[in-house]
Amino acid sequence: MTMHKPDELVRYRTPEEILGYAKDFPAEVEIRGRLTESTIREISKVKKEPEWMLRLRLKSLELFNKLPMPNWLQGIEMLDLDTMSHYVKPDIEMSSSWDDIPKDIREYYEKIGIPELEAKVLHGLSAQYESETIYHKMKKSLEDKGVVMIPMEEAVQKYPDVMKRYFLRIFPPSDHKFAALHGALWSGGVFVYVPKGVRVEAPIEAFFLIGREMESQFEHTLLIADENSYIYFIEGCTAPMFKTFSFHDGMVELYAHKGAHIRFTTFQNWSKHVINFNNKRAIAEENARVDWVEGSIGSMLTYVYPSTVLRGRNSSSRSVVFTLAKGPYIKDSGSKMIHIGENTKSRIVNKTISMDGGINIYRGVIRIPYGAKNATSNVECESLILDDKSFAYTYPHNQIEEPTASVSHEATTLRLTEDQIFYLLSRGLDEDDAKNLLIMGFLDELFIEVPFEVANILKKVLEIEFEKLGGVG
Amino acid sequence: MLEVKNLHVTVEDKEILKGVDLKVDLGNLVVVMGPNAGGKSTLAYSVMGREGYEVTEGDILFNGESILELDTDERARLGLFLAVQEPPPLPGVKGSLLVPAVIKRRRNLPMDNKLMDIKILREVRPKLDSVGLDSSYMGREVNVGFSGGEKKRFELFQALAYDPKVVILDEPDSGLDVDGVKLVARLLDEMRKNGKGVLLITHNPRLLHFVEPDEVNVLIDGKIVRRGGMEVAEFVEKYGYEKVVSG
Repeated sequence: MTMHKPDELVRYRTPEEILGYAKDFPAEVEIRGRLTESTIREISKVKKEPEWMLRLRLKSLELFNKLPMPNWLQGIEMLDLDTMSHYVKPDIEMSSSWDDIPKDIREYYEKIGIPELEAKVLHGLSAQYESETIYHKMKKSLEDKGVVMIPMEEAVQKYPDVMKRYFLRIFPPSDHKFAALHGALWSGGVFVYVPKGVRVEAPIEAFFLIGREMESQFEHTLLIADENSYIYFIEGCTAPMFKTFSFHDGMVELYAHKGAHIRFTTFQNWSKHVINFNNKRAIAEENARVDWVEGSIGSMLTYVYPSTVLRGRNSSSRSVVFTLAKGPYIKDSGSKMIHIGENTKSRIVNKTISMDGGINIYRGVIRIPYGAKNATSNVECESLILDDKSFAYTYPHNQIEEPTASVSHEATTLRLTEDQIFYLLSRGLDEDDAKNLLIMGFLDELFIEVPFEVANILKKVLEIEFEKLGGVG
Repeated sequence: MLEVKNLHVTVEDKEILKGVDLKVDLGNLVVVMGPNAGGKSTLAYSVMGREGYEVTEGDILFNGESILELDTDERARLGLFLAVQEPPPLPGVKGSLLVPAVIKRRRNLPMDNKLMDIKILREVRPKLDSVGLDSSYMGREVNVGFSGGEKKRFELFQALAYDPKVVILDEPDSGLDVDGVKLVARLLDEMRKNGKGVLLITHNPRLLHFVEPDEVNVLIDGKIVRRGGMEVAEFVEKYGYEKVVSG
């Protein structure tokens, strides 16, 4: 397996600098305007969906209309769905060869090094542009082991029984308004099934790109790891700059059967013109393990809360979330762990950096009802605030009923002190060196927690972000 | 090498140094003694150009040229080093990260050359031994959970590792036991013999039992009130700082 120097693949620039302004690219189908039942019927018709899926969408729309707007969401009021495109099918035929992808669009992916990453590291790649998958390929070695990796739409046609059992079952649309909206409008994404005992060591990646403004993207990822299997999945997303903004409301559902281990890593670097809503939930059966890693760098507003339901005995989950709020942007994040089975373990590491007026908000939930004997949970939240204009808030929420449960929570807020800066300057480091060292030091634990190659990519991206640090102290 | 001329320094609108003259030549060990709040640390910070320490009059010369216009890090790279009195903890920043970064910056080497780090770490290991710390300290977060003595030793180690021309040490012996004090004295003497200029700032003359300074200054209320040899230190030890002024 060749996984050397993945950092070579990362450019030393932000998505705005790399991708520039959005290019015009024709849509084959675009559905926009007031969101009604006929909008849903139209999308379902374009996708030639079976009746049960249409009904699921309509039920979700009904829920969306009924459910209240979460009153704790900051900044979401700027979003007026009736002015957005709910579905955009680009005029591109899905292919497994980059040569078939129109040059303008291919360039986006090339600029951020996706085809290169695929060639060097990945064992499967699914790339989505607007509402549809445009590129899809999996290594034959995985196919031979019985691994299934197909676009979501294909899974709906091919495996209706599997879909009915899992799709929107792990994360029901009734959960909240944006889950319901996703259920009504979902499009694109990837379905993965790993058979019993099969290990997918090299990562599979799904990459999502929003190419036009006033568009909503609702991709859906469903990953089923059968008994004692293992999979490492990476999700990435980005966008060029827009004059206005676009909206993302994706969903990830993970099911780890007995003894399975899922590593799911998201690397979010939307441009500052994307409102980003994520719905992420996993179910872990007996002895299963789910590891979430979320690196959230870009976007205007982000809401992301990786969650695991620890259903089976001895199941465990870890969620490592890093968010950067740099500039007048908000990152609202937090992990949720629901302990059902006995001897279940969870660990949450949440690290945030706020600078240049950025706001980080942590909302975590630990729920341990009666019967989840000997469940243990550790939560560590650390916020680094780099200047007086920036903020970090922590709202942990524990619901512990089980007397044998053990829960710990540590929250720390740090600032770079003048003492530390002077100390480093007096050694001969310049101010940028000094700040970088202290910031990287703050993130050190995070780099230990995440896979090596992700840590490298994260480090590079952060170096870009911190390159032009202003006067902090 | 380092020359302070009629230095007046104001901190938060209060004049702390009121005309200090001092000279540290290469191969010399110069001591500045004085009671607390007499301006000793202010002198050290002013030489390093710390923010908030405003020079209102006078000059600081290094190698014959004024360094007043230079930033702290530029002064450090010219060849000054300050072992601070209270080293702040640097959470997450391991010695193995800090020391190579500083050395690369001081030697003007590319910062992203990670292979160089290994070479540098090998090179500085004997210096860590010489301050009585084993190599595990390089794997620890700098000044995090260090005892007072460990902090002092790690500062001394850096003074050796960065190879400055003039070393300023602000109370390097506080918090150390007798063996520690002897070690500091021996290292200061070695630095001097190796041609460094050493400016030792201390409240407690105890250290001077183990090392013979070339010059002893007493700094009280922002002014050097006495200058001489060992006899000045002995006088202070016998009669206290008050007598230095009145006597």
